[in-house]
Amino acid sequence: MAGGPQGSGVDSGTNIFARACCYGGLHVYGKREYHSNIKGLHSYFQVRVSPKEIQADVDRVDLLAAFDAETVVRHIWEVSPGGGIIVDAETLETKIDEIKTLTSNFKADFQKTLENRGVKAETLDDLLKAAKKENNIKVYAIPYTDVLREVAEEIHEEKLSRLTRMINVLTLGVSLALVNYDREPVERAIKTIFGEKNKIVQMNIVAFDKSYQYARRTFGDDFGYKLKTIPTEEKRIFLQGTQAVALGKLVGGCRFQSYYPITPAADESEYLEENEILEIIGDKNPGSILVMQTEDEIAAINMAIGAALTGVRAATSTSGPGFSLMVEGLGWAGNNEVPVVVNYYQRGAPSTGLPTRHGQADLRFAMHASHGEFPRIVLCSGDIQECFYDAVRAFNYAERYQMPVIHLIDKALANSSKSYKMFDLNQIRIERGQLLSDKDVEGEEYLRFRFTESGLSPRAPLGTPNIVFWNSGDEHDQLGHINEESTNRTLMLEKRMKKLDLADREIPVEERVNFFGDEEAPHTIVSWGSPKGAVIEALERILGEGYEMNFIQVRMPLPLPKDYLAEKLGKAEKKIVVEGNYMAQLAGVIREQTGIDMDYFVLKWNGRPISSDEVYDALKLIMEEKAPRRQVLNRGS
Amino acid sequence: MVLKAADYKSTYFADWCPGCGNFGILSAMQMALAELQLPRHKTAIFTGIGCSGKMAQCLNINGIHVLHGRALPYAIGAKLANPELEVIAEGGDGDGLGIGVGHFVSAGRRNIDITYIIHDNGVYGLTKGQASPTLELGLQTKSLPKPNINAAINAIAIALAAGYTFIARGYAYDVRHLKEMIKRGIQHRGLALIIVQQPCPTYNNINTKEWYGGEDRIDPKTGKPTPRLYKLEETGYDGVVHSPDETFEKQMAALTKAREWGDKIPIGVFYQNEFEPTYQDRIVKRIPNYLQNPPAKQPISDLQGRATTNITALLEKLKVTG
Repeated sequence: MAGGPQGSGVDSGTNIFARACCYGGLHVYGKREYHSNIKGLHSYFQVRVSPKEIQADVDRVDLLAAFDAETVVRHIWEVSPGGGIIVDAETLETKIDEIKTLTSNFKADFQKTLENRGVKAETLDDLLKAAKKENNIKVYAIPYTDVLREVAEEIHEEKLSRLTRMINVLTLGVSLALVNYDREPVERAIKTIFGEKNKIVQMNIVAFDKSYQYARRTFGDDFGYKLKTIPTEEKRIFLQGTQAVALGKLVGGCRFQSYYPITPAADESEYLEENEILEIIGDKNPGSILVMQTEDEIAAINMAIGAALTGVRAATSTSGPGFSLMVEGLGWAGNNEVPVVVNYYQRGAPSTGLPTRHGQADLRFAMHASHGEFPRIVLCSGDIQECFYDAVRAFNYAERYQMPVIHLIDKALANSSKSYKMFDLNQIRIERGQLLSDKDVEGEEYLRFRFTESGLSPRAPLGTPNIVFWNSGDEHDQLGHINEESTNRTLMLEKRMKKLDLADREIPVEERVNFFGDEEAPHTIVSWGSPKGAVIEALERILGEGYEMNFIQVRMPLPLPKDYLAEKLGKAEKKIVVEGNYMAQLAGVIREQTGIDMDYFVLKWNGRPISSDEVYDALKLIMEEKAPRRQVLNRGS
Repeated sequence: MVLKAADYKSTYFADWCPGCGNFGILSAMQMALAELQLPRHKTAIFTGIGCSGKMAQCLNINGIHVLHGRALPYAIGAKLANPELEVIAEGGDGDGLGIGVGHFVSAGRRNIDITYIIHDNGVYGLTKGQASPTLELGLQTKSLPKPNINAAINAIAIALAAGYTFIARGYAYDVRHLKEMIKRGIQHRGLALIIVQQPCPTYNNINTKEWYGGEDRIDPKTGKPTPRLYKLEETGYDGVVHSPDETFEKQMAALTKAREWGDKIPIGVFYQNEFEPTYQDRIVKRIPNYLQNPPAKQPISDLQGRATTNITALLEKLKVTG
């Protein structure tokens, strides 16, 4: 883990570390935590590295690279026994009480922790000594100014102050020296992160080399953990959730995206805009996606709906506060059967809430937002790869069933990054539903909302020759004209709602749930969204201890595959839900639709993702019959 | 086939009050569409909520009746996705200058090539006559319990400041003049605003047809009313920017005219500037084939339903091994 004030290069430094590990054939999972702040407040980036694919993050930190005193204070108790802390030698005398960016409630809690541990610590040095004694932690105090001076000499830079930005790369050098990692993949990673800026690349490579050499000659093989490259032929990519969604949208044919800046969704739109010109197979003419930054989220969704009326696959991307503003538009799209996709990144809420932190409390909101009744589909991705494939499916469902689709993602997925085997593009299919062309209706009156058996009326884009149609947010007749007649209302709402039954019948259960483990296991865990990875890892550990459980990941809460869930949960002894909210929203939805209540609730709403250790500990307590019905998780800093 | 004005009228029953200015606006719209011979399938009108919003239902072109205050975002989304469409947005003063005023201002920054028509009658008719953003301070129309406590906003001045490149005013009962304004607005290259002064015979008993016509102001010499409305073009006023260096001067002149209200109310074209790049022009700078291959026209899959967007190069950029 690397931590420091925002703006100090935590992100780029750790990214280089993560990429260097990837290049060396290792699997990587990275998690970013940051404040709603531009510069100065604490942020950190945690990277897990393994020869095997990684599904989630864990609580323990084996090597903590602290850019400042605060990072040590915040994370010291997370460092595992025998782990290491890299610290700036100049910060050792910092008085803990004088760190301005630590909040008073943090300081009070911290004092209590010290008392409980019987530790007296006024300065950082006191604290590190205590940790050393208690946990056998290795402390590597680095005289960064001296190392920087060496760098300055080598690159003929007179002003040392110009180089202080490179503390992140110095830390990187020390970290990789401690684990004795190869230099080559690191150099490649530095080049990737700093791009074509040759001078900057060179400066950083020098800084890396100097700190690496310093640490090798000073500490040698003192640190117990080592990292070795594992050459691999497998084609892998390393990406974060927002990129996966954006790529899914592009390949899925999204050609119009409107958005208003909001954390953490905006990264997706920026990525799309950066890559707005598209290569098309079998066509020399490039395609393109039009990305519109709007004046607010109301405009964002309504522009997307307006665009969707022309037949283009259109979407908007937002998080909770933005979605709150979009709700009226969503209802209009529902009422007028317009396929529009909302990629909804949940965060800590309500109101502004925890704007840069994780949350999973918007399931019910996504399912029910709007006055009145209309059909919609909600799907939830559980990991970054699913974000990609679901982004495509969202459009297929939207067009096939002519209704809004909400693709629920969360901050933990948006901002974490992971190495994957190259995505399989052959799996991708585009289904556009009943989309008319001019020839389909020649000579007859086109009824946009024609009553049909399935509830689906063939859809024509605006601009289709021979076709003129009407829409209204008011109740309307088959032609689309405003109509308040009672019988029409009864039939028209039924027509729209029937499409949801159709979706429920047609969409195979494999697209709506993932099942893990043994069918015959007596106990069942249910979850949705980003806890997926943590549950899978915890399940592996708990199975390894001889307990028998399986896991159902719900990917489509609306329409909920209720028969499937009723069947599976009906025979489970212990039914456990794991989700990132207070009210156990998925559990509530399942109870409502199947009559089956959960026996155990493992919940978390502190703004941090659920770790696999937390799930494991919670499951263990349950299996040992020691758990309360409701366990509230609170780890992560 | 030549389309007549009547061909642009849908089968929807226009349920406005007898004497409503909307009938005049509807006629002017039909006439303008017919004179321009706009293909019905390629023309789309997006309207907000209120009596004016029903215009989308009354016309025999694509008619999209949207949400209160949101005609502009829908219209913009459609126009940008398919620039071949002729797009008109329309709504009331409450719709566009109250609940939708954020979009009204923001649209000016983009100069998208659409036409926006605002019906201005000073009241929220469909909810029984509350004061709209254009009703003057202190006026007490029929159904207000107390005189209006808010001052009126000046939509023309706001539009000018926001960046609209065509700004005109018409009058619902001067159908021929209004038709010309609408035609010019549609033909304008860029974002066009047409404010239509419109009596509400049911709820606005102050700014009536008689008031606009000046029937309370009889000229003692002729014994005839002195109308409040006058036509800008008849005074020699020319709001058109003929070369970019005239821009400031024309804007100031328009602003001066925008301030006139009460005894003298100008109708006609206040300002027109076709030298500003439209949003489409700006997109073309980034996406050179945008107009030939706009979002709505792009194929996204082959006959077997396989995606045709090649994201391999993007994935290659994210590649770490192999």
